[in-house]
Formats: sequence, C-alpha cells, structure tokens
Amino acid sequence: MFDITFAALAAQVFTGLVLGGILVLMAVGLSLIFGLMTVVNFSHGALYMLGAYVAFTFLGLTKSFWLTLILAPLVVGTLGLLIQRFLIRRLYGRSPDDPLLLTFGLSLVLVESVKVVWGKVGLTVDPPRDLAGAVNLGFMNFPVYRLFVVAVTAVVLIGLWLFLEKTNVGLIIRAGTRDPLMVRALGVDLGRIWLLVFGLGVGLAGLAGVLAGPMRGVYAEMGVEIIIECFVVVVVGGMGSLPGAIVAGLLIGEIVSLTTFFAPKLAEIVVFLVMAAVLLIRPSGLFGEAGLAE
Amino acid sequence: MDRRSFLATGAAAAATLSFPAILRAQSRDPIRIGFPLPLTGTFAAIAADLQRGAQLAHEEINAKGGIMGRKLEVLFRDDQLKPAVGAQRTKELIENDKADFIVGGLAAHVQMAINEQTKAAKKLYISVSQSDEISAKPDTSPLTFHEALNPTITSRAMAQFGMQNIGKKWWIVYADYAWGKQNNAVFAERVQKLGGTILGSTPYPLGKPEFSAHLPKIQAAKPDAILAVTPGADNVPFLKQAISFGLKKEAKIAQPLHFLFYTKEGGAEVFQDIYGATHFCHELAETIPEAKKFVEAFQKKFNQPPDAYSTYGYSGIKEIARGVELAKSTDSDQVANALRKNREYNHYKGKQYWRACDNKAFQDLWILRVRSPQQVKGEWGLFDVVGKVAANEELERTCAEKGFA
Repeated sequence: MFDITFAALAAQVFTGLVLGGILVLMAVGLSLIFGLMTVVNFSHGALYMLGAYVAFTFLGLTKSFWLTLILAPLVVGTLGLLIQRFLIRRLYGRSPDDPLLLTFGLSLVLVESVKVVWGKVGLTVDPPRDLAGAVNLGFMNFPVYRLFVVAVTAVVLIGLWLFLEKTNVGLIIRAGTRDPLMVRALGVDLGRIWLLVFGLGVGLAGLAGVLAGPMRGVYAEMGVEIIIECFVVVVVGGMGSLPGAIVAGLLIGEIVSLTTFFAPKLAEIVVFLVMAAVLLIRPSGLFGEAGLAE
Repeated sequence: MDRRSFLATGAAAAATLSFPAILRAQSRDPIRIGFPLPLTGTFAAIAADLQRGAQLAHEEINAKGGIMGRKLEVLFRDDQLKPAVGAQRTKELIENDKADFIVGGLAAHVQMAINEQTKAAKKLYISVSQSDEISAKPDTSPLTFHEALNPTITSRAMAQFGMQNIGKKWWIVYADYAWGKQNNAVFAERVQKLGGTILGSTPYPLGKPEFSAHLPKIQAAKPDAILAVTPGADNVPFLKQAISFGLKKEAKIAQPLHFLFYTKEGGAEVFQDIYGATHFCHELAETIPEAKKFVEAFQKKFNQPPDAYSTYGYSGIKEIARGVELAKSTDSDQVANALRKNREYNHYKGKQYWRACDNKAFQDLWILRVRSPQQVKGEWGLFDVVGKVAANEELERTCAEKGFA
C-alpha cells in the first residue's frame, strides 16, 4: 500500500534527527537539574518559550541572529539563576512536590506575562539569510537552517560533555549527583553548584527556544506542547541520566517522524506507548539508576 | 371630580406627555445581551476582533436611542475557549445578569455548550462562529440562530473555486479536531465529485505546528495544490516550513479561511499567493456601499481596519435589535418568529437571509489571494479579492439532510 523508497525513508530519518535535536537540548537541561537537585522543573517549557520571545526582541534590536543566539540563552539562563536563588532555594529540605508545584505555577505566570508584554497573537522570526535556503542532499531538498540546528545541538553536547568530564566543576557536579552528602562532607559548597546547574539547564531550554522560533513560530503556548514530550524523553532515558536524555531524545524524534510517515494519526500516541513499554521492562528508564527518583 | 383635582391630574398628564422619549426610556430597564467569547486562549486575537464589532453595533444602537426606546447593554464574558466555562458564564448571564438574549461563542465545541444553556433557559441565541452541528438536529433548536459560515459551506465553495482556478490533484493537511476533520471530509468529497483527485490527506495535532515529518511525503506525491487546514497559530509555521522545504514553489496552497491579523503577522513574503475564503474583508469597502460605511465607522472608533469576525459580532447584535423592534417584544419566541418571518437583513455587506427550517444565515462569500510584498497597499492592504460565491443553498446541506423533515 505504500510506495516506500530508500529516498523517502532517508528523508524521514533526517527530519526525525532535527525533531530529536530540539528535544535533546531540552531534556538534557531537565535531566541535569533533576539529577543533581531532584527538582522536577515544570517551568522548563515556559522558559523555552521565553527564549523564543527574548530572541524575537533581541533580533529586532541587534539585527544580528548570531548575537541573539548567544545573548538570548544568557538572559534566560540568568533568569534561571534568579529563580533558583530566590524561589527554589527556599524549598530545600521540603518534599519534592513543593518545587514541582512552584515551577508549575511559575510556568503559568510566565505564559500570561508573555501575553501581556508581547501580545496574544503569535510572532514570526526569520532564519538568517545565510541559512534560509534549502540544500540538495541527493534524496531530498532539506532546509539549511534545520541542518544548522543539528550542528548546534552537537556542538553544545560536546561542550557539555567536556565541561562535565574535564573540568573540576564538572567533577563536583558528577559527584554531587552520586552522593551530595559526601560531597558536602568534603567541604564543597553545593549551593553554588546547584545555582550554576539550574542556570545552565534553563539556559539550554532558552537556546532550544531560540532555535525553534524560526521553524515553528513564536507563541505563548509553545512550551506547553513540548514539555510533555520532554518529560517522556527524560523518563524513557532515565531520570537524571545525560546519555539517557540524548539517546531517548533522538529515539523519540525518529519514532515520531517514522510514525508520521506510516500512520500520522498514531504519531501522538506512539510516544506514550514507547514510554509505557520502557517503564514495564526497565522501570528506571534506559540509562537510569534505580532509586534516584525516590 | 372637582376643579382642583381636575387641574392636578391634567397637569400631571401634560407633564408626562411632554417628557422627551429618551427620558422615559431611561426610567425603564435596559435590554441586555450576554456575549460569551474566548478573550484568553489560542483564539484571543479573533475574539478581540469579534468583540470590537459587537461594541460598535452596541454604540450605534444606543446613539439612535436604543431599542424601542430602551437602552441596550452588551455584557462580555470570557469563556476561556472551554466548554464548561462557556456553559457556566452563559448560565450566570441569564440567571444573575438577567440577559434577554445571548450572542457569541467562538469555537465549535464551546458554542454547543452555550447552546445547551440557552435551550434550557429558552433564550434566543445567535451563534457567531463556524460549526456544522449548531444548525443541525439534534443540537439546534427553534431559538438557535447561526450567523457564521460553516465548514460545509466554506469547503464546498473553496473546492469549487479551487478545481476551476487552482489545480486538479490535491493534498490536504488538517488539524485533527472537529473543524479540521469536517473541512477535510467536505473538501475531499467535493473535489472528487468535480472530477479531481485527492492524493492524500495528513492529520496533525492542533496547536503543534511541526510539519517537517509530513512534508517529504507530500512532496513525493507531487500534488498541484495543497489545502492547508492549519488554523490559528499553526498557520504561519506551516507556510514557513512549506517554503523552507521548497514545497511552496512546487504546489499552490489554499486554506479554508484567511484572517487579516494572522496574514499581517506572517507577512506578505510568507503568505504571497495563498488562497483562502472569507465572508468579509475590508477591501470590500471599495465595491460595496454598506461595507464602506461599516469599515469607516470601525476604523474611526478603533483606529484599525476590521478583520472578518468583527462583522459577525456586529451583525449578531444588530439582528437582535431588528428582531426586538419587529416583534415589539423581548420574548425570545416572538423575536425568533419575527426574524424567520422577516428573513432578509443587511447590516454590513449587502443582503443576507435566514433559512426558515434551520435558522441558518445565507450570505455571499469571497475568495482572496494574498498580494506580493511589492503589491501590498499600505499597512493592511494584503488581499486581492479574486472570486465571489453568492449566497447559495446548494453549498449547504439540505433541510432534510440536517434532520428537518
């Protein structure tokens, strides 16, 4: 019933890679924050949305996409620092539900504030001229900008890996994820590390928003859509696991893309079926360690 | 009666008679129209436009001394695009605020919830947004009027125009909810009936504008044209992705409806040459005197041109006023009968009429094509009117098909 050619499948795999790339950027931040602080950051989607709006404004002011690409995530990351310092820090030592409720409330506040500031109608952002066209990959014409998104994702992930594996701060973060009590006993001030990690994770969400804007448009509800998929990615990959977030992000992207090709009506549901299946076979996710979420 | 009391009574009577009519009107209760609409949510921008139209009608009616000498009040309430909230607000409007009539609602599912409340309270309701069910059995009632176009009319008109002017081989992309599915079904049926081909149709979840996984398959099928049922905030991302994959160069694109605000936000570069239907656009002021009058009044009050839905709000309020004047009563049954008996009306773009069996409004509609960036006139002149489809019952299901024996 389907005329499936190699070209068609290759095209589908390629589009899936881009879908996965954005998810990976989001999920890595979410997972980093959860792994170290056991905070489920429900405002992650709203901060992604905020990244896209801030980028819209910066683009208008600076007229430079490249400057915006660096500045907008920094602004969102700084907001993350403030959220951690003045809101989440107050909830230390309380049930994990409290930061979850706090960040959920925060996401509602952010969505409504954005509507007040930028208006209720969605906005459009154009990719820079150099990245606007399409390139012939042999099997299809593919937008250059989407290739660029994959490249940025790869660069960010390599940078993150180097940071975590090769620097002293990275060492403390990894140690803090394993055993915060012991790290503290060794005289390390974990409060500052938590601040940094929260800012970093939120900055990555902001970056994902900046990258998504020229593809999907900028609108207040954009974070609500993606946050659900991000949680699925984090759960499938294993709560707190970075390799898990990367593998699961790409996996979910590919699954959505291929399901869309064969049975578009199922593309929404299949993500949750995969999650259910993974949870049945490996309750702590593909790369997760048992007990972290308790 | 002695002389003294005769004089007193006479003086009182004279005083009463000599009062200006307007003062007497003020001493009586105003006529109240409840107006639920989604001021927050995905359709907030369209709702704001709808509200502006209703406000203009409200102002004009009161400036002429109200309805039967009574002042008109329009009570706007936010239904948040949620059926349960729409139902609650409607109930409050009728029971607490003593609304005599209801106009409003903007999404099919919220309209149905509002309609259930007005049916129960036996109040006349003029629905002002697209829905196929609202004017068909079992949902409709003798007190339910439907002012807007519906998916059947819109997509049949678009299919007819598209087959003649756009292409023969089509692909449909549609948001997977009631309005999207209805448009998909109606359009596909009409295209095939007119000898065209539907190469395929792709559903996607409403409000999730990521189409990249759909596009390669559509490109491989090589359609002449695409019908994009991508409402609200999904509209611009769909077109931008179609452009970035090169699809817009390979196929023409049509959508069931054009909205001025979304088109302006996306810009002529993105929307150039996209076809769409509408029941109104401000460019009609150039050819239709009634439209000119409406657009000028609107522009004066709000300092921007009207988008299409403001006219539904405007016409809905004016129809209530006309019905009450005709019936000389605010009783919903009598007003409904008066409107059915005097079915022709003309508030902003020429004649429209109510069909007696289903209280459905029949009206002219137009096909628009977006101008190129060089051709755009001023800030708002984005549309070329390229076709007119006159009010026509063949575009709608028959009374029998809608369950009226």
